[in-house]
Amino acid sequence: MRAGRLAVVSVTVLIALVLQASLLPPFSWRGIVPDFCLLVVVAAGLAKDARFAMLVGFGTGLLLDLAPPADHAAGRWALAFVLVGFVAGSARQDQPPARSSLAAIIGVCSVVGGSVFALTGLLLGESALGVTGSLGVVLVAAVLDVVVGLLVVPPLVRLFDRADPVPVAA
Amino acid sequence: MTGTRSLLIALVLASVTAMTLDLHHDSGSPLDPVRSVLGEALGPAEAAAAAAARPFDAVPDWFDSRSDLREDVARLTAENADLRQQVETSGVDRNRLAEYDGLATAARTSGRTLVPARVIAIGPAQSFTRTVTIDAGRDAGVRPDQTVLNGDGLVGRVLRVTATSATVLLALDSRSVVGARVGSSMEVGFLSGRGVVGDDGRFDLELVDDTAAPAKGDVVVTWGSRGGAPYASGVPIGTVTQVFASLRDSSRRAVVEPYVDFTALDVVGVVVPSSTDSDRSLVRADGSMR
Repeated sequence: MRAGRLAVVSVTVLIALVLQASLLPPFSWRGIVPDFCLLVVVAAGLAKDARFAMLVGFGTGLLLDLAPPADHAAGRWALAFVLVGFVAGSARQDQPPARSSLAAIIGVCSVVGGSVFALTGLLLGESALGVTGSLGVVLVAAVLDVVVGLLVVPPLVRLFDRADPVPVAA
Repeated sequence: MTGTRSLLIALVLASVTAMTLDLHHDSGSPLDPVRSVLGEALGPAEAAAAAAARPFDAVPDWFDSRSDLREDVARLTAENADLRQQVETSGVDRNRLAEYDGLATAARTSGRTLVPARVIAIGPAQSFTRTVTIDAGRDAGVRPDQTVLNGDGLVGRVLRVTATSATVLLALDSRSVVGARVGSSMEVGFLSGRGVVGDDGRFDLELVDDTAAPAKGDVVVTWGSRGGAPYASGVPIGTVTQVFASLRDSSRRAVVEPYVDFTALDVVGVVVPSSTDSDRSLVRADGSMR
């Protein structure tokens, strides 16, 4: 069962990565596109738990760091997505979240992920955009992520659930 | 919960370790082999996805025209949209042909040999680095530190290549510094990107000679590096739109608007030596494809 879920998640992550890099740019606003990979990590957290989501986040982030056209120190998205997985997994409840709380979870996750990535960039001296410029990008990205996430995350959660039904905790 | 916390700490440390390993840029990162393997594997997938997305490049424009059409008679809307779709897609084809023509012209006027390539993936703005992937790689004769341009002017330089794709650092990236020459006075300076693409994407130009003032409207071209790497000389970059004088460090800073529309990159050319072996036709200096 674990292997089945791993396969489903890996394929989803790869599809998200390719869609994000190749299909979405014509629809971007100033180069900012909805972060499908982040949404996959959030869905993993809501479908299972924080441990699972952190592992998915680490793998997805590392892939995003290393796959072209990325050109920054590997591990920056990995770190950001591990924390996103932790937040999303901690926000998980037994029943599926309502639309408003789902929007809040996605928004918080997107801001956390985006700012951690921006902060590591500032620390490592890889980003010259400055704090205010980065903040603008992070906030716009969060809005896009919430809009797209409300459509994408619930089906993803169902997909991950079906790949491995979680037994109700005893 | 303790298990979750220890896993969190372990994964955070793993991420930091990856960053530390990867920052040894001098001797080549130990993660570069992984990068190139991923590039080889994902290049074809990205090329396929980009090809599938291309007919929809014009979709955002349809929404504009659709909202106008709503004011028209409702009965005609469906028929109009259908016709419009045909027109828009033929427009995309026509634009692409025009871009290839522009590339051939660029090769002819500059006396350079170009490998034609198409942009297949664009890094998101959330990554704060402006990089794109093109569908020409080592097999096509592309090597790191070669100049990338299109019919309008300078696009950027090649960072790294795999067999079938290459990563290009756009000149607008905040880490990109290009040696530049002001066309009217032949003064040289350094041009750095602001990291912003879109309508307000601009370069900052600092001249080596403090006394030389660029004028508004001056054309800025590349200065050129030894051996043409990473930047070939004489590639148009943009025009000066504003000039600032700084009293404090007695230098002058000019703002340069790029010729290239970095939000609509499609067909680009990589400047290669004329003797390059390639898996595709090269655009030669006489404008022919061979």
